[in-house]
Amino acid sequence: MELPKLIFKKNLDFPERLFNFFATVTGLTIFSFRFLRQVFVPPYDIAEIKKHMVELGVKTFPIVSVTGFIIGLVLALQSQPVFARFGASDYLPGTVALSVVRELGPVITALIFAGRVSSGIGAELGSMRVTEQIDAMEVSAVNPFKYLVVTRIIATTMILPLLTVYVIFLAILGGYIGVIISQGMSFEYYKNSVINAIQLKDLLPGVIKTFVFGYLVGLVGAYKGFTAEGGTEGVGKASTTAVVLSSLLILLFDTVLVKITLWIWPG
Amino acid sequence: MARIEKIKIENLTKKFGELVVLDGVSINVCEGENLVVFGRSGTGKSVLLKCVIGLLKPDEGRIFIDGKDVTKLKTKELNKIRKKTGFLFQGAALYDSMTVRENLEFPLRRNFNFTEGEIKEKTLRALDLVGLGEAIDKMPSELSGGMRKRIGLARSIITEPEIMFYDEPTTGLDPLTAKEISSLIRDLQNQFQMTSIVVTHDLICANIIADRAIFLVDGKIKFRGTIEELKASDDIFLRNFFSQEIITA
Ligand SMILES: Nc1ncnc2c1ncn2[C@@H]1O[C@H](COP(=O)(O)OP(=O)(O)OP(=O)(O)O)[C@@H](O)[C@H]1O
Ligand SMILES: [Mg+2]
Repeated sequence: MELPKLIFKKNLDFPERLFNFFATVTGLTIFSFRFLRQVFVPPYDIAEIKKHMVELGVKTFPIVSVTGFIIGLVLALQSQPVFARFGASDYLPGTVALSVVRELGPVITALIFAGRVSSGIGAELGSMRVTEQIDAMEVSAVNPFKYLVVTRIIATTMILPLLTVYVIFLAILGGYIGVIISQGMSFEYYKNSVINAIQLKDLLPGVIKTFVFGYLVGLVGAYKGFTAEGGTEGVGKASTTAVVLSSLLILLFDTVLVKITLWIWPG
Repeated sequence: MARIEKIKIENLTKKFGELVVLDGVSINVCEGENLVVFGRSGTGKSVLLKCVIGLLKPDEGRIFIDGKDVTKLKTKELNKIRKKTGFLFQGAALYDSMTVRENLEFPLRRNFNFTEGEIKEKTLRALDLVGLGEAIDKMPSELSGGMRKRIGLARSIITEPEIMFYDEPTTGLDPLTAKEISSLIRDLQNQFQMTSIVVTHDLICANIIADRAIFLVDGKIKFRGTIEELKASDDIFLRNFFSQEIITA
């Protein structure tokens, strides 16, 4: 019932929103530089990075497994009739594999990763911020940025490409199931078609961009958490805004990176 | 006897936007001395401690620890000072992803080169001092508020700092434990010549630990002196504060 009022209020807030948006972009940029400046300075906290990588892997493994398999399966099921209509059924395996390798695998894995991980990091660091745990680290002469932020960003940057390769593999398997459900094909033939279709210039950019996506997820989550304020409410806000922002950034960077890739390797 | 000035705060002013929290506060604390800070809730006691340790930047004024102005130090220099100070947060600020043991070991492992044996021994001794030896493998979420406070205390004194800042060390403890913790703070002072600033509302605690006290009102120091002097004052404000009904209310 209060909806018109709410919308009106939102419009009123527009300049403030715009300001917040630019503040966030500036903040993220500064945060990013701070990361780059500190990442090569010892101590390296390898144990901490490993711990985060294992945690992130375990946390996202089930959901990306299911998603990976289903992407391939559905893609094959959906495409099969179309390919059959044009008499191009032989191209089905290669097309499924290419879509998965070049675009769907990296982007969908990254988006799921963002949903699961940047919110987690945002909440974790946010609650450490509002309960003064980050201050406590600082007064005991430990650099909280290095210990909490740098280790997490490294972990997300390294683990996402691994997850993506795994997802691509599962999606291609799922694609095979889709193909045999709808038209039947020997696994040998499917495998060879896939291998023949995928070239290094398909695989490499797809996987390389996931390093960027992983970095973005860690960066945004850590930024939102590290700069959280305003008690428990602030923690919740840090966590949800981290998901929205990191997903948007992934899509934005994907567009840019695809453009760059096509420019380096046309066709 | 001329005593060494350990902490010197000159004309400290801190604002949050329009709100003036501290307004020209000056304090000296000598080596081996306990200074107690009184004040109503929200008068800026925690803010004062945070300024001194460099967590908050004051708007005006200078703060010297061992002759160095912490408001102007670079992180590296500031960390040298922080290594010889301890800070007990009002909310304990335990690292909630770590066990009690890991919480205590954290400052030891990060900043010093102790052997495993030494770390273990120091951890056990610090827990023993606050009477919580059995909590060593618990997570902070499994502890009561008072226990968290005491673990926070153990963590902040484990490095045997020269200077301690306590933000309400006895709040949330039963009277008996509060007394024990106050005596512990006194013992630490005697044993290690520790210099401390203690924020508290707890008169029993203040009676045990205070060498001198100040009373903050509206961001200014309204009174300073020994506890006896404050108690003996005719001022209506102090009489109200020190009368038992107000304390227990
Ligand atoms: N980070 C901050 N941003 C804005 N205002 C703050 C901040 N920290 C403290 N304040 C304000 O400063 C004032 C003093 O806060 P402080 O925490 O120092 O009170 P206190 O004397 O420690 O009270 P208590 O006895 O309840 O702990 C309060 O009005 C508080 O709202
Ligand atoms: Mg306080």
